[in-house]
Amino acid sequence: MDILVCLKRVPLAGGTLILTPDAKDIETKHLGFGISPHEENAVEAGVQLVEQMGGTLTLLTLGPTDAEEQLRAQLAIGATRAILLETQGEEWDPQATAAALVDAINAEETKFDLIIFGAESADSAGYQIHIRIAHALNRPIVTNVKAMKIENGIAHCERVVAAGREHYEAPLPAIITVRDGLNIPRYPSVPGRMQARKKPVDMIKTSPRVPKLEKLNLTVAPSKSKGAEILGNGPEAVPALVEVLKKIGAI
Amino acid sequence: MILVLVDHDRGELDPLSLRALTAARKLGHEIQSVVIGSEGASLAGVVGEYGAKVLHVATHASITDYAPMASGRVLKELVEKLSPAAVLAAGSPRGNEQLAHLAAFLDLPMAAECSSITLSTTPGAPHQVSRARWAANLIEDANVHSDLLIASILAFSVEPESANGAAASVVEFQPTLEASDTQVRVLSRDSGETKGGVTLTDAKVIVSGGRGVGGSEGFGNLEELATLMGGTVGCSRVVTSSGWRPHAEQVGQTGTKVAPDLYIAAGISGAMQHIAGMKNSKTIVVINTDPEAPILNYADYAIIGDLHQVLPALTKAVREAKG
Ligand SMILES: Cc1cc2nc3c(=O)[nH]c(=O)nc-3n(C[C@H](O)[C@H](O)[C@H](O)COP(=O)(O)OP(=O)(O)OC[C@H]3O[C@@H](n4cnc5c(N)ncnc54)[C@H](O)[C@@H]3O)c2cc1C
Ligand SMILES: Nc1ncnc2c1ncn2[C@@H]1O[C@H](COP(=O)(O)O)[C@@H](O)[C@H]1O
Repeated sequence: MDILVCLKRVPLAGGTLILTPDAKDIETKHLGFGISPHEENAVEAGVQLVEQMGGTLTLLTLGPTDAEEQLRAQLAIGATRAILLETQGEEWDPQATAAALVDAINAEETKFDLIIFGAESADSAGYQIHIRIAHALNRPIVTNVKAMKIENGIAHCERVVAAGREHYEAPLPAIITVRDGLNIPRYPSVPGRMQARKKPVDMIKTSPRVPKLEKLNLTVAPSKSKGAEILGNGPEAVPALVEVLKKIGAI
Repeated sequence: MILVLVDHDRGELDPLSLRALTAARKLGHEIQSVVIGSEGASLAGVVGEYGAKVLHVATHASITDYAPMASGRVLKELVEKLSPAAVLAAGSPRGNEQLAHLAAFLDLPMAAECSSITLSTTPGAPHQVSRARWAANLIEDANVHSDLLIASILAFSVEPESANGAAASVVEFQPTLEASDTQVRVLSRDSGETKGGVTLTDAKVIVSGGRGVGGSEGFGNLEELATLMGGTVGCSRVVTSSGWRPHAEQVGQTGTKVAPDLYIAAGISGAMQHIAGMKNSKTIVVINTDPEAPILNYADYAIIGDLHQVLPALTKAVREAKG
């Protein structure tokens, strides 16, 4: 089974976001980089399938040259090789990104049985690159997958909705997009990291395309800070909290 | 005219669609709506009330349940027939997905999770949108270069408002589908696993734990308090990715979004992705050793201290208070 996982380099932001002076991007000087949690699950799913069924796991990203760092980190948990479509560092819009990824997939000799995406990217969350690629490659796509198994050439997938768990099937070759919770991504081992340094990463140059969804600028959404009332320190503050709970009708 | 995709689950309206209708009304065009599947016809009254003049009902023998690519095909046919200025839907997993299929069929841009939309009035000029990024912590202003605007409405950016409209007139039609359009569809469904009857989304009280709980055993204290208060346990992503609790309990951007009456956050720092899932809770109580933890900015009340001491004391006191 040959599997492809598409991922995106994103800053690891948890706290308040700070913008660059031109308000076009997040200031990343003091941030590390990683990939979206959903995509970590995608790689883990790929590694598990190759462990069970044999085959290869290829990683594909469109991003700056530095995205090699994220590819190596994921190679360290068990992917076979990687492809980096190098940009000048600017973010591409979803249509252009999808088109470039499609070209790269079509240029591969391997006909991937399964292509796995994150459900949405952590930063831009466009909810669409995978669906565009499914249309371009004429493949079935199941999105937001929370549980999956491959049997007799069919991907059996589950999606969680308010009313319960929905079951879908997609015959291979197929595309799925996965959500956090599908599995628990493993940490790279030391030998894994050593091997990753030697695994092949194809660097392919790209030229920018005119965006149809054109980012103009960013603003930080105002946070509704309530300013907590500190009831006290340690267990001595518990009676004050009990009073609050009575007041709001919780007890 | 603006076409709004109204979502329903086996005939039951997705309330987020009413927000999408409300947002659409503000754009000053006639509103028409579309539902996929014959059960949707029963929604003519409510979509009319929220401002849609027409409800297009797409029915087809092979549309038996949710099939997102088929929805995309239906929308494409309607766009070709009716030439709307925009197609909108709720910014929900289903709304975004069905619109993305439409955008892929037409190879047009799509703007997901918009909090505001300004339609172009000059032919050839772009539409303008503001859309959410980073779990709505950032707003992006963007131009959409396309005659047809395809956009989803950020779920909580607009409150549903009735227009007191009359029932929409129902227009049934049968789309021309290809076999591949319904290949991926809901085949069956299990109802949710409810533990002791209280689910995270319905719970009035959530006692939520983070890395500060220290391990799966530590959650015993949280369970005890949650049960005592008729609530349930939630947690942060660190907890699920460490395998301490099942993912079904994760609150946040990539977990569940909750809005209980009371949210107790113990040993959770308050990363924006966690806040995104619980900031709409009515009362937020924090228990944290760090008086500088960012979650304090979102909380109503806080105890600064070790949750391993505070929680057992709280459980005891609540039990006594209840008598
Ligand atoms: C795209 C994306 C999506 C994400 N989605 C989610 C999501 O859905 N949900 C989510 O939760 N996270 C999510 N995250 C992860 C998020 O960024 C944080 O990493 C995570 O929420 C941190 O969890 P935490 O607060 O438990 O841990 P930490 O940040 O490590 O905080 C632990 C806290 O516990 C306190 N503490 C320690 N010991 C004690 C003690 N004995 N008593 C009391 N307090 C103590 C500390 O002071 C600290 O404040 C996402 C991240 C990304 C990039
Ligand atoms: N630049 C990129 N390179 C490779 N894959 C990407 C890129 N951007 C997004 N993806 C993939 O597409 C998914 C959906 O992204 P989006 O449509 O931006 O929400 C992500 O989770 C990734 O798996």
